[in-house]
Formats: sequence, structure tokens, C-alpha cells
Amino acid sequence: MTAIWKGLTVATALSLSTALPALAETTITAVMHSGLRVIDPVITTAHITRDNAFMVFDTLVALNSDFEVTPQMADFELSDDGLTYTFTLRDGLKWHDGGDVTPADCIASIKRWMQRDGGGQMIADKMQSLEATGPNSFALTLTEPFPYTLEAMAKVSSLALFMMPERLANTPADQAITELVGSGPFKFMADEFQPGVKVVYEKFDDYVPSDGPQSWFSGAKVVNVDRVEWVTMPDAQTTINALMNGEIDFMEAVPVDLLPILDGMPDIDNAVLSPLGSVAVGRMNFKYPPFDDIKVRQAALAAMSQIDTLTALIGNPDYFKVCGAIFGCDTPLEFADGSEDLTAGGNVDKAKALLAESSYDGTPIVLMQPTDVVTLTAQPIVAAQKLREAGFEVDMQPMDWQTLVTRRASQADPAEGGWNMFFTNWIVPEVSNPLANIMLNGRGDNAWFGWPEDPEIEGLLSDYAAATDLDGQKSVAEQIQAHVMDNVNYIHLGQYYSPSAWRSDTLSGVSEAPFPIFWGLEKSVSN
Amino acid sequence: MLYLLRRALAAIPVMLVVAVFVFLLLRLTPGDPAAILAGDMATPEQLERIRTSLGLNEPLTVQFFGWMGDLLRGDFGTSLISGKPVLDLVADRMWPTIWIALITITLSVIIAVPMGVVAAWKHKTWIDHIVMTFSVLGFSIPVFVIGYLLIKLFALDLKWLPVQGYVAPSKDIAGFAARSVLPALTLASIYIALIARMTRASLLDVLGEDYVRTARAKGLTEKRVLFRHALRNAAVPVMTVIGTGFALLISGVVVTESVFNIPGLGRLTVDSIFARDYPVIQALILLTSGIYVLVNLLIDLSYSLLDPRIRY
Amino acid sequence: MAEKTLRAAFPIFTRKITAHVGIAPILAAVVLALIVLGALLAPWVAPHDPIAQNPIMRLKPPGPDFLLGTDAYGRDLLSRVIYGARVSLLIGLGVTVMAVVLGLAIGLVSGFFRVADAIIMRIMDGLMAMPSVLLAIAIVSLMGASIWTVMAAITIPEIPRVVRLVRSIVLGAREEPYVEAAISLGTSMPRILWRHLMPNTFAPLTVQATYVCASAILTEAILSFLGAGVSTETPTWGNIMAEARIYFQLKPSLILWPGVALSLCILSINLLGDAARDILDPRMGKREN
Repeated sequence: MTAIWKGLTVATALSLSTALPALAETTITAVMHSGLRVIDPVITTAHITRDNAFMVFDTLVALNSDFEVTPQMADFELSDDGLTYTFTLRDGLKWHDGGDVTPADCIASIKRWMQRDGGGQMIADKMQSLEATGPNSFALTLTEPFPYTLEAMAKVSSLALFMMPERLANTPADQAITELVGSGPFKFMADEFQPGVKVVYEKFDDYVPSDGPQSWFSGAKVVNVDRVEWVTMPDAQTTINALMNGEIDFMEAVPVDLLPILDGMPDIDNAVLSPLGSVAVGRMNFKYPPFDDIKVRQAALAAMSQIDTLTALIGNPDYFKVCGAIFGCDTPLEFADGSEDLTAGGNVDKAKALLAESSYDGTPIVLMQPTDVVTLTAQPIVAAQKLREAGFEVDMQPMDWQTLVTRRASQADPAEGGWNMFFTNWIVPEVSNPLANIMLNGRGDNAWFGWPEDPEIEGLLSDYAAATDLDGQKSVAEQIQAHVMDNVNYIHLGQYYSPSAWRSDTLSGVSEAPFPIFWGLEKSVSN
Repeated sequence: MLYLLRRALAAIPVMLVVAVFVFLLLRLTPGDPAAILAGDMATPEQLERIRTSLGLNEPLTVQFFGWMGDLLRGDFGTSLISGKPVLDLVADRMWPTIWIALITITLSVIIAVPMGVVAAWKHKTWIDHIVMTFSVLGFSIPVFVIGYLLIKLFALDLKWLPVQGYVAPSKDIAGFAARSVLPALTLASIYIALIARMTRASLLDVLGEDYVRTARAKGLTEKRVLFRHALRNAAVPVMTVIGTGFALLISGVVVTESVFNIPGLGRLTVDSIFARDYPVIQALILLTSGIYVLVNLLIDLSYSLLDPRIRY
Repeated sequence: MAEKTLRAAFPIFTRKITAHVGIAPILAAVVLALIVLGALLAPWVAPHDPIAQNPIMRLKPPGPDFLLGTDAYGRDLLSRVIYGARVSLLIGLGVTVMAVVLGLAIGLVSGFFRVADAIIMRIMDGLMAMPSVLLAIAIVSLMGASIWTVMAAITIPEIPRVVRLVRSIVLGAREEPYVEAAISLGTSMPRILWRHLMPNTFAPLTVQATYVCASAILTEAILSFLGAGVSTETPTWGNIMAEARIYFQLKPSLILWPGVALSLCILSINLLGDAARDILDPRMGKREN
């Protein structure tokens, strides 16, 4: 028996290596945090869709690790009155189907993006014109200065601004595009794409990297491999086993609890590649009791404990940070005003006192708990216990994440298919800027799920948008921090870091970025 | 012949029931593919526009008859989430499932029938008891636990077989074989248990029948009695188990595919259910039900070949 | 030896019974009784609160405080397994009762009234053609997960099997002289169904019920594994294992112990079912689908 099985495995190894084409084609096989299903990066905010788009598409301007906006597809210039941004496309830019990149393509792409992205909408509101000024250039003219413009166009979070050919960019923003033709460093192999299972990219031979050192999404994107394959695996244990057996090269998200398995392995490296990490947040429904009452919200905030939440979520304290700053720690706008209870492990007595003063009548809070997302299961479980300790009644309702996503969009009464509270995560760049942080929106029914009616924060956000220098921005940001902690627009539960792991015997050139990048990577053919 | 025609026609109302049931189940319960498609940052108006563009705001009857009409023309629709035609999705994911199912059934029969025969032959001895206990154990342990145990033992500790994955047999037959062993064994655990029990039970039954007694009385050896007469007749109920157990197989496939990361139909169905991808769920449940009906029809047919007493 | 001791300890196991069914069902009955007892007495037996978290004590190995160790939230595994028995058994029992009662009612009607039969059986065929786990996931995922929806989702695919069984028995019994006599005497329909036809179904239904119960407990575990189960705030054997599956290599005990409890329980129920079949109807081997 043994001999047969061993024979089989050897045969497998042999046939795998001989299956590679003669020219020693190199393929990186990676397991990302989830499977790609929606391909249009303008219609959805799913992170995996954004990650995929950064492979296939390029951006006009890009953010580097110092949070500076740098030229990527285009160089840019701002007129002295601060109203006109002129973009000049780099030479030699081509689409994957062979066409040249033109200003018309870029203009159509920007217009589609503006209908969907928050920052894009702000630019659209102030836009006077967006038109071509030459065969290789175009200009965006505003009615009033808006210093956030370039930052919005260089965003690295979901709904980033990707350049697409005009025929794709003319698709209505509420309809998904059905093919991916970009000008980025990798071509999307549509024939080999299996939604939720596998995505295949090939190196785009006509890609001309921009100048400058590569840093995050800026600088030269040099591709050193022929193919990249993203495969989806349903659970982390399977993925780790596949990595240890050399069946894959890269694993984006390793649960921290499982790191000890990898630690002893000589051929596997692991590190936190996204230096800023992610934040965990809780959101309440402002439309219905009890959380329409500020006192009840404050009671809930006082009951929460970052350290308990993060310990349950991550475990190893090397991979999380108790952090009271809603804009994230280690970011330019880091302020901790008003977060003392959260960072000190909660204040049950204060929570009880606030609850007693409030209008809370003991109606159970409908707390939605996702059951199928590993990074979201711990928060509601810890929160339920904390809230109960403070005197809340909690009705914990388990559901898969997609159900939660559907249900949180419901503005119905919590007892009739609505909800009171849920938790989610963001990567830090999604919350680190007041204009990008969608949870701050205070426009009632048009705000993000939970629908706070908060004119005060809307005023602060306008002040922030109008601030022209970092000091001005900082002073407004600090007021926003204090307001959010007092009004409890949402509960900031701290920052955590997710390690990635890869085969050190085959893969080199792994670099830091908010999410994995595959340019700059090299793969040696080991066998 | 007429009977077969009747059976085939009877499948139509069954499929209709399935279609109506699945459609109503999906549409009458909360769930909004638009919200799933749009993701974290979507305003209510944006969601409403996406819903309209997906056709979800049409009246239910319009949606239902539209779908039925498309089906009759052979159009299964397109996925709401990925935008790919449902038939393409199914075609991509069909083979891994079919292969695993076939290997599982073959493996199960090869292992289980001898087990059942021996147990029946040595009825009420310790061999019988052991076989029976093991077979009960087979459907007392959750499939995923069996899967993990097999991975631990054969892939991680002994390193004989790969941990996960699927390779098409046309690309790499050895890789295909190596990757099929553990999933098939995992799935087969229930099947082996069922078939072994069934074989034993029906053999015991048949061994008590008149014609077997006659055969014995005629002086045929035990072996001949067993193989010539008894086993042949016992095959009928065993076939029935394979047919009815087909539903069980599909259920097991769902779990096994996610333990071993096989990109088959089971995972596609679960993914689609979680994503409220209505056209894909509808097509897949119709398809599996159709196969179930077909398999059982074929098995009915095989009865007449196996058991001379049954004639249509 | 063991047999003698058992008989001494439990006089109820007469020589006749042990000789008839063997020793396995008796052991099964004892194991099952212990599990049920543990579940009933959970608040007194369990050393800790099964949902009280203690982040500092997460993923601890077995020790004097936590006999089987703790899970990722610092909850006591032993207490969770004991409390898990409650919900898992409740689901098993609930599904069995619902499936048998509904299946019996539908089956009686279907077997007795020709008109209803055609329609009912088409619907049952349709339900049976749908793979049960997929149907259950769809129901739970769409209706929201709670003990009740999970029970309903597991019950629905079980009903057609019970219906078919009951119907086939009724069809057979209908032709019996005493039923025909009752019909010709003008006995009311409900009375015929209740007095004459239903009793025929008891023995086979008892056997069927044990299998329904075992498969319900198992299906709950599978639903949890696939992310469509009850919240882990209400521990079940299934969701304890499902939650721990990423620790399969690191802390196998988190899956092992609930797995052992689950398997022992199902094994016992199945063995009892087999024994019941042997006692009630030795020639019922064929109904095993």
C-alpha cells in the first residue's frame, strides 16, 4: 500500500513539474482573503474586487507609503488659483486589447467613478468642467478650491479611481461591466476566471512602468513573473496546509492564532505587510429606540472594551493595538480625545449610570452576528457580554454575512426585520480621512447604514474640506474625534494587523502595502 | 415500455414542483442581491437603482414566467453577481463533482458489498457485529470530521497525498488520482455504511427465500448459492440505496468540497445561496433535482436486468 | 461477563432481550441515558457558565480549572459540550416529533384518499428530489438562523420519507378485511384513520423516528460547519466543532470532544433503532432507505 501511495505522490510531483511549459514559465499561486465574484470595481466596495482592479487597471495618480500623491499614468499640475488640475498622460500607455490610452477614456472613467464614490461626488459637486486639452492631456476645473481632490483620486481603499477604456467606462454606474480590459501591469484572463474559485493573470508585455522607486501603488510596477493565479480556499487551515506542502506560494491572511504552526517552518516567512492594519467598529441604528437616545449610545460605548474585543478577535497582543483614535493610530490625524473608557477596558459603572438616566426600557437590542466571516465573529460575542453586564438586554441574531449586509440596509423597525447594532471592519486608509470615512456621514436617511441625522458633523466635514493646510485639517479632525466619541456616531474598537505568509524558498521581493501587490515579486523555479 | 414512458412523464410535475418551490423560497424571504453586489458603501438610492437594473423590481409573476419562458428556450440566465452565464458557471464546476461522485460510488460498492456479504454469511457472529458496528459508525460521524482526520493522517503526518485541490484528469491523471483519494474516501464513509447494511439485510432476506432453499437442497455449494442466486437478487435493494442515497451524496459533496477545496457544484450552490444569486441557485437546484429523478429512473430500469421477477 | 454484570445492575435487561438483540443496544441505551441525564442536569453538572468569556484564558490546554481546556473566547469546553447536548438533543427530538407528526398526518390522508394522493405525492416527490442539505442551507440562510428555523429546515426534507412509509403501510392495510368492513359499516373517516389505520404505522414509525433523530443531529452539525447554523452563544455540538475548525491542528481537542459526544450519541440512537427494528419487525430490513 505504502509503496503505491508514495509512487502516486512522486508521479504527481513529476507530472506537475513537467506540466510547466518548456520556457520555464513562472507562476505565483496566491490565496487571497476571499474569492473574486464581482469584477466591476465601481459597482462594489468588496476588497477583493479592489485588489483585483489594482492588478488589471492603472490609476492616474497614486499614493506612496508617505501618504504623498505621486504621478502614475499622468503627471499633474495645479493652477495658481487652485481651481484647475491639468493631467498629462505618460507616453506609451496601452490598453490590454491593444488600443492607446486617450484623454477621452480617462474622462469617461472619472465621470463613472464620480457617480459612485463619496470623494468623487464631492468633486462632482464643485466641478465646472472636465475636458481634453490636447491629444495627451485633459483638465479638471472646479468652481472653488478643493484641496482633497488629488487625495480622493489617489485613494487606495474601495472605489478607487481606475482608468478604463471609454467603451467600458460608458456603462451606467449602476450596471456592472462584464469584461476587464485595463492598462495595468497584469492582464485578466477572462477564459480562466471562475467566480469564487480562481482568477488568472498574465504579465502585460506592453506595460511601460513609470519612473521612480516603487512604493505602495506609486512608482515603477515591474512584473517579473509570467502568471499569477489567485485561488480561493474555504478555510484557513486548508490554506496553511497547502502552503506547508508547497502547493501555493502566498497566503494573504493568516489567522494570528494559527501562526504558531508556521513558526517552526524553515521555508515559510510571515510578516505584517499592511503596516497600518485594520480597525474594528460597531455601528448602531439611530432611527429606532433605544439608540436614538444619545444617553443609551453613550452607555453602550462606556460598556465596550477594546482590549477584550481585540483579545478575542486576534489573541496575540503583538498583532493588535488598543487605539482610541478614530482616524487610526500612526496616521497624520491621530487624536485620542474622549476614548478613555474604551482604551481602559470599559467602565461598567459609568455605563450602568448612563443607562439608568436614559430612556432605555429593557427592550432587547437586536445585535446581528455574522457566522461565516472569521474576522467578524468575535466582536458581537464580546459586545453582547459587555452590554449585558451594563444592563442591556441583548437579542443576538446569527446570520451569514451576506444576510447581514442585506438586512442592515433595511430601515424597518428592529422587531420587524430591522436591526439595532452590527460590527464591521475597515482597513485604516478607509477611515483615516474624514472625507473618506463613510461612517461620519450625517445626512439622515441618505447616510450610511444606521442613518444618523447629525448636522453638526456635516458642518465639521465641510470645515475639513475647506481647510487648506495640514494644521487646519488637524484642528478640525480633533473636533470630529471629540464629537464622534460624545455623540457615538460609531464605536471604534481598536486596530489590528493581519500577517501574511509565503514560501521563502521560491518567492522573493515581497513588499509592504495596504493590500498585497504582485509587481516587484520574483519567483524562482525550484525544481 | 409504457411504464417507462409514464415514469418519464411523471418527472415533469416533480420538476415543476421543485421550480415553484425554489422560486417562492427565494423571492418570499428577505434578501437583496443588490445590497450584496454593492458592498459596504452604498446609499439607499444607489441600491434602488441597482435593484431596478437587475430586474428585481418587476412583479413576481413577471419574474417567474420570464424565468420559465427562458428555461423552455434553454436559457438559464446570467449570474447576478459575476455576470457570467449560469450554464458557463455550471459547466466549469460540473466535472470535479461528477468525478468525485463516480469515484465515491465505485469505491463504496467495492468496499461495502463484500463487507455486507461477509456479515450476512457469518450472521450473528463477531464478524457480523464488527461490520455492523463499523457501518453504524460510518454515518454517526460528521463528514467534515472524517475529512479532517484523513487529512491529518494521510496528508500531514504521513505525507502520502496532497492536502487539497483538484486537477482535471485530462491535464494530469496522476495528480487527479492523488487528489481524489481522500475526498472520495471521506464521502464514501456514509455510503459504505449504507450499502454494507443494505447488502447484509437483503442477503439475509434472500437467503430465507424458497428458491435459495431449493438451490441448497439441490446440493449447490454455499459459494454458488451466495454468488449465483443470492447476490444477484440482493443487488436490487443495493441499487435502490445508491439511488436514494444520491441526495445524501450531494449533501456530502457540499461539505467535502469545502474541506478539500474542490471547485465543484456543491460549493457553487452554497456560495450562490449566501450571495442570493437567484438565477444560479434556481438552476442548480433544478439541475440536481433533475439528476436525482434521472438516476432513480435509470435504477428502476436496471431492476429488470438484475431481478428476473421484475418486468415492465 | 459484561452481560452478566449488566443484568445484575439493571434487572430490566432480561436474558430474553439480551439474547435477542445482543449487548450493543444495551450499552447504547446506557450511554444515551447518561447523555440525556447530563443534558437535563446541565446547570448542576457543568463546572462553568458555557457562554461566559474570559479573554485571558483563551485556548488553554486541559487543566484542573478547565478539565477539557477552553475555546478561543476562554469559555470552558466541558461546560459547552454538556450544554451543547441540550440543544443538539432538542433539535434531534424536535425534528423527529415534527417530521413524524406531520408525515403521519399527510401520509394517512394520502394513503386513504385517492384524489389527495396524486397531488400530495407529486409535492413529496419534488421535495425529495431536492438535496436535503442544500434545501436546509437555503431555508436557514434565507429565514435567518435560530433553533427554530434550523429545526424547520431539517424537518422539511425529512417529511417526504415519513409520508412514503406511512402511505405504503396504509395502502396495504386498506385492503385488510377489517378496514373494508369498517368502511362498509359507515364508520366515519377520521375514526377509520385513527382507530384502524394509524396503529399499523406505530412499529415502523418508531424505527424510522430513531433514524430521523440521528440524522437531524448530524445535519445540524453540517449546517453549522457550512456557516448556516445556530449562534455559538447557544452551544450545540455542531457549532462548537464548526467554530473550532480553524484550530483543528493546533487544538484538536476542541473538535475531538464535541465530536466524540456527537458520534456516541448518534451511534447509540442508531443502535437502538436497529434493535427496535429487530424486536418489532425482524423482516423490516427493506425499509432502510
